[in-house]
Amino acid sequence: MSAPRGPHLFKDIDTPGLTGIDVYRKLGGYAELGALLQRAPEEAIEVVKASGLRGRGGAGFPTGLKWSFVPKSTAKPKYLVCNADESEPGTCKDRELMEKDPHRLIEGMILAAHAFGANTGYIYLRGEFAYIQTILDRAIAEARAAGLLGQRCAGSGFRFELHTHLGAGAYICGEETALLSSLEGYRGQPRLKPPFPAVEGLYRCPTVVNNVETLMNVPEILRRGAPWFRQWGTDKSPGTKIFSVSGPVARPGNYEVPLGLPLSTLLNEHCGGMRDGFRVKAVIPGGSSVPLLPASMLDTPLDFESMTAAGTLLGSGGVIVIDDRVCIVDALRNLIRFYEHESCGKCTPCREGTFWMSEVFARLEAGEGRAQDVDLLADVADNILGKSFCALGDAAAMPVQGALKHFRAEFDHHVRERRCIVNRRRTELEQVPA
Amino acid sequence: MSVPAPMAPAPPLVALEPPLAWPAHLKSAVDEALSHYPVKRSAILPVLWIAQREWGWLSPAALKLAARTVELPEPEVFGIATFYTMFNLKPVGKYHLQVCMTLSCSLMGGERIYRHLAGKLGVGHRETTPDGRFTLSRVECLAACAGAPCLQVNDDYHERVDEAAVDRLLEQLP
Repeated sequence: MSAPRGPHLFKDIDTPGLTGIDVYRKLGGYAELGALLQRAPEEAIEVVKASGLRGRGGAGFPTGLKWSFVPKSTAKPKYLVCNADESEPGTCKDRELMEKDPHRLIEGMILAAHAFGANTGYIYLRGEFAYIQTILDRAIAEARAAGLLGQRCAGSGFRFELHTHLGAGAYICGEETALLSSLEGYRGQPRLKPPFPAVEGLYRCPTVVNNVETLMNVPEILRRGAPWFRQWGTDKSPGTKIFSVSGPVARPGNYEVPLGLPLSTLLNEHCGGMRDGFRVKAVIPGGSSVPLLPASMLDTPLDFESMTAAGTLLGSGGVIVIDDRVCIVDALRNLIRFYEHESCGKCTPCREGTFWMSEVFARLEAGEGRAQDVDLLADVADNILGKSFCALGDAAAMPVQGALKHFRAEFDHHVRERRCIVNRRRTELEQVPA
Repeated sequence: MSVPAPMAPAPPLVALEPPLAWPAHLKSAVDEALSHYPVKRSAILPVLWIAQREWGWLSPAALKLAARTVELPEPEVFGIATFYTMFNLKPVGKYHLQVCMTLSCSLMGGERIYRHLAGKLGVGHRETTPDGRFTLSRVECLAACAGAPCLQVNDDYHERVDEAAVDRLLEQLP
């Protein structure tokens, strides 16, 4: 057997047959579920709070605290929704987790739902994950047949039903309120917060929305306790995290490492450095929505605080490595086109701002940039950031600001010389017919 | 001069126009979808998916059927169907080739794959080959970044593809 791929979530991930309940059980899965469900729900919230587990979808909000916001005395039903939309460019960890270890997600959802009293759960999958829906539905049926889901979960008095729900292609549905709109059967557009979902979420009932990786951490944390989880990571960012590394590194892939590991160690030791002939120029460390880091800052530790201090965000853990043959203006143009395409159109700063940034980028790339265009980009980004209805606008503005901060010279070069600063090997970008 | 033979009637433009009721083999799937939610409208995406899987696309008649099933006005269902990129409001080929063009794939040659396919099949974005076999689309991030560049054929992911792999794949499709 090969060495484990990670200390915790990836320890057994490649075990053959793990999608089936028997193998999952053999590895200790569901063993203590009945006993854990007999405990007082508040205990689970306290343990998860003490573990310091923070949301793995991007925002890094403390999970136990989120659960504790759900009102205890309410006549309304409560819901647990798993955000399995995994739409942030650069991120592909939840897909691997669900594809290979679906029962850990189910067990995590039963335990999370028990902690704050939800009796119904939904797993909202992005539309492209239809094959994962099949895997999950089969696993849910197995768990139901084994008495782990349903009227009396694992012989306890706790009732929990779980369903999968397939989206149909919309980045915005990864934003939790847009996801809830979509799940309710509306267009997936965001809703105003407050009220936060914990108070008024799905069907205006108390709802917790948690990411796949977050929920999959829960079973072991409750089984083994907070100190066990805190053996990894830093004081404020405990535990492990899965990073999806893409770009021209020797071994792209998903890697589970302790939080706080220097980015350079992830890239050099785990991913085997760059491919021959490539040099790293910049890294987007947390999914396409976060500002990039220049190569000079690669020693920054991968934890929430250090990334924020470095002027970027840990985000979803989507690490996109950009090499020195890539023009930063070209890379940003690609991303801004994405945000323009995915803006839901609800609010003006995001809808118009992403459109105009996209126009300016196209102009710069075509060698038709005007003297004032670089400042114009900065101005438009500034007029989106913090002024859009939801975080999608911020997600489009922050990478532009980061690129201007670290690579302004490449933008100016585009205007002055009417071409890229690098000899690109990807000149075909603008030749793709519209 | 001979009288020209009468022209054969043109084949219907839409061969797969669905009936206005769910076929018997889909009724349980539709009922099952409706049973998952406390309100009917929540089942709109599952119901649209059932229709699209059955008929390959969402024709006006299929949208009508979906609207009736979840008890929503037809224009609202049209508005929902057009909001999401994966619903086909025009027929697509037997194989829908979806090439990811977002940054991670772009860095690893996504555009090259797209241009190769466009050249090979003689079609552009969201166009279908005359034999109805392939539809080509540029799509945004598929969550396969570590396996870039990625091509999705219908529901199946194909990762780390190059031109040769794409050629082989197309030949092997039944």
